[in-house]
Amino acid sequence: MELHDLTITQTKKALLDREISAVELTKLYIERIKSLDEKFNSFVTTTFDKALELAREADNKITQGMNLPLLGMPLAIKDNFCTQEIRTTASSFVLEDFIPTYNSTVAQKLFDAGIVLLGKTNMDAWAHGSSTETSDFGSTKNPWDLTRLPGGSSGGSAAAVASDEVLAAIGSETAGSVRGPASWCGIVGLKPTYGRVSRFGVVAMGSSLDSPGPMTKTVEDAALLLEVLAGKDPKDATTSDHPVKKYSQGLKDKKMMTIGISDEYFENAEKEIGEKVNEAIKLLEKLGHKIKKIKLFNPKYAIDVYTILMRSEVSSNLARYDGIRYGFGRDRFGEEAKRRIMLGTYTLSSGYYDAYYKKAQKVRTLIIEDFKNAFKEVDVIIGPTLPSVAPKIGSTANNPMFGEMADILVEPSSIAGLCGINMPVGFDSQSLPVGMQIIGNQFAEETILNLAYQYEKETQFWREKPKIK
Amino acid sequence: MKNKYIPVIGLEVHVELKTKSKMFCGCDASYFGEEPNSHTCPVCLGLPGALPVPNKKAIEWCLKIGMALNCKIPLVSKFDRKNYFYPDLAKGYQISQYDQPFAENGWIELTLKDEKKKKVRIRRVHMEEDTGKLLHETINGEKVSLIDFNRSGVPLVEIVTEPDFESAEEVKAYLKKLQQIIRYLEVSDADMEKGQMRLEPNISLREFRIQNSEFRIDENLPSYKVEVKNINSFNFVEDAIEFEIKRQSKILDEGKLPTQETRGWNEDRKESVSQRSKEDAMDYRYFPEPDIPPIKWKQEQVDNLKSQMPELPDVKIERYVKDYGVTYYNAEIIAREKKLAEFFEKTIEVCEELKNKKENSLDYKTITNWIINKKIDPEKILPAEFVTEILKATKVEGIDEAELESILKKIIDGNEKVVNDYKSGKENAIMFLVGQAMRELKGKVKADEVKEKLQDLLK
Ligand SMILES: [Zn+2]
Repeated sequence: MELHDLTITQTKKALLDREISAVELTKLYIERIKSLDEKFNSFVTTTFDKALELAREADNKITQGMNLPLLGMPLAIKDNFCTQEIRTTASSFVLEDFIPTYNSTVAQKLFDAGIVLLGKTNMDAWAHGSSTETSDFGSTKNPWDLTRLPGGSSGGSAAAVASDEVLAAIGSETAGSVRGPASWCGIVGLKPTYGRVSRFGVVAMGSSLDSPGPMTKTVEDAALLLEVLAGKDPKDATTSDHPVKKYSQGLKDKKMMTIGISDEYFENAEKEIGEKVNEAIKLLEKLGHKIKKIKLFNPKYAIDVYTILMRSEVSSNLARYDGIRYGFGRDRFGEEAKRRIMLGTYTLSSGYYDAYYKKAQKVRTLIIEDFKNAFKEVDVIIGPTLPSVAPKIGSTANNPMFGEMADILVEPSSIAGLCGINMPVGFDSQSLPVGMQIIGNQFAEETILNLAYQYEKETQFWREKPKIK
Repeated sequence: MKNKYIPVIGLEVHVELKTKSKMFCGCDASYFGEEPNSHTCPVCLGLPGALPVPNKKAIEWCLKIGMALNCKIPLVSKFDRKNYFYPDLAKGYQISQYDQPFAENGWIELTLKDEKKKKVRIRRVHMEEDTGKLLHETINGEKVSLIDFNRSGVPLVEIVTEPDFESAEEVKAYLKKLQQIIRYLEVSDADMEKGQMRLEPNISLREFRIQNSEFRIDENLPSYKVEVKNINSFNFVEDAIEFEIKRQSKILDEGKLPTQETRGWNEDRKESVSQRSKEDAMDYRYFPEPDIPPIKWKQEQVDNLKSQMPELPDVKIERYVKDYGVTYYNAEIIAREKKLAEFFEKTIEVCEELKNKKENSLDYKTITNWIINKKIDPEKILPAEFVTEILKATKVEGIDEAELESILKKIIDGNEKVVNDYKSGKENAIMFLVGQAMRELKGKVKADEVKEKLQDLLK
């Protein structure tokens, strides 16, 4: 096993045991990115000088006997998180030269926890998309098959983790942007409850939905990162003061659960995907968990609600990009952003507001109620993460609703503000990764991580690596 | 016939709160005379990813204004986004309140000429944020527009009335009273010149006819409304309303309907100028602000805030008249400014204490007259000093009012003839009585004072 194959826990042990220094480790990752990223285009901006500087600091701290949760860990952050003095573009040419004067809370917490930042990862421009194809810096490629999409919008983060360019990465999900690319790239992707992780400093997409989350090789790594990221932020009024748990320690004792299965989720997925997820469910049953059939709303309703609410918020959130104070003018907005601004402006217009936005809010309440009722009977809900495996690059062209259709199975839980995690459950006949999602109630991160960890212990799919040509 | 129309006037007033920090960020909210863009941060500059966190104090003050205007305080309220483009609007939207304001359905009672009262309904009181300021300058021969964001995000409270005013006089009375209440609450200095109070009247005219020798006022509100902006003094609001009444009357006289529009007030030319017609009215695409959760109050919180309300001028005036026997006219003068009212009340306290200690004191009337006639500046003198000063000036040293009165009465009783002379018109006769009294009082009281007192007693 090579160093870049290690998890956060393993790498940190190697650092603290002085088997390797943070600078050596960082150099190793930098070399890997230098040699591989031409293939994947995971990064919009690399920060190698900064990384080496942070690594030297980490080594100093280690010498002084200091310990921090992520000391010396080489990570990447999605390019919609503001990073002080480091270009932040949200993969849009509107912000091509934008260098923030401040750190997002997530970036600040990561720096405080000792990370070594390797760079900012590619994404769909403004996080508008599920493929990274809307990025003004070119699409990212799927490490399992370079002719295929990595998913999006956190596609750069997913590809970087899957190809071991970084130890872990941070993504953000509005509806599917963490779980989706994690599924197509065969990694763990955790979308926390809305309000669990601060949105301060994250270039806003759908403000009532955006949830930053970790994208990692293993469940334990995700738990470790969530410990660092979660918590009330005085700068974000929508964060919750719900207590932050020691998620990584909560993994060890195997909790027995009742798992809810809703047919609607399988009916909307390809057969082969459903079969893989069912195999995983059978394994969990064998471990002693109870499986219970439940009936959830057909996820197709969530598409309409999500489309209207998110477009409305987008049309307002992108209004500030007028090129007056920073960045470039509106002429640099790409097709997808323009489409979303137009649609959102329309749905908020007087005379249409009641028919669209208000109605969508009402259906949103129904979806929230639907899940609330379900969680009275079950601890978690399991289904496929995405309806298919990664499609070919270019297949989204002329299909502006591609993202919404691809994300159909993650939209309901996003709309309800629930937490969810993508777990790799093996490969399809073309050797492409398949993912299942474990959905938990609001602030039930501990529960879904616990079950995901039990599954991972049995299967160890994370050890499978793409053969990079 | 002369007055064929009755004005229908409503008012929107913006008041800038004087909180230390801005509405949604920690920046210093003062901007008057500050270095441009020195009080800014990612939030009030609308930088990517910045989020608003509401200022609790500002919201409480907004509620207090609502309470002072007898509004209902709904237990659930929320912020909304008002979307429009303007270079001084950093986020491309203003955080405001649309359908769930902090306070609604109140009223205010105005005192008009001859102490006539009129109730005006308050529709709503809501909270929003101010915008930046555009400066148009010439730099190196090039015309440029600059933006100062120091004002961006300063808390604003908007107070909207129902269209209950029928004259400029009523509007002015309302504005003065509103300004007084705001100052009493100490939530803003409400200085018009500094833009801390901004007015937007909307004016239309309602026809009335005489039918069977009875006035018939059209019950419906007019089908149009003209809003006038850019008014920065109470006098200009009067001018603008008078101008609009004349302008609209003329149009109606011609059998036409005035256009629904927004007009700007030109103070030099003393006329309003069309700015924006109904067709160009903006669609603000309001929707709930997703970055701020709805604000929910517990009844105890509202009650607690209510209990912290200061005594307002109307209550003070009533109390002064009732408890201290001050005339309404004088009570109104004293209560006009909170500082003077407080000075008056403290002075009374000092005098009560003196009375309790059986020392020389002053009656309410003397205190009132001195405060009003001497135009007392409560910043420059303490109530106790003030009392000493009056006592010294009137020199009622070592003798109290009652004693003085009994001495003077004795002298009056003992000089029947002189008294009769005086009463029959020989005004100089009083000087004999003054002399008698001065001898008796051994200079403890000034002659003028004695003379005045004798005149009172001989009335
Ligand atoms: Zn600020």
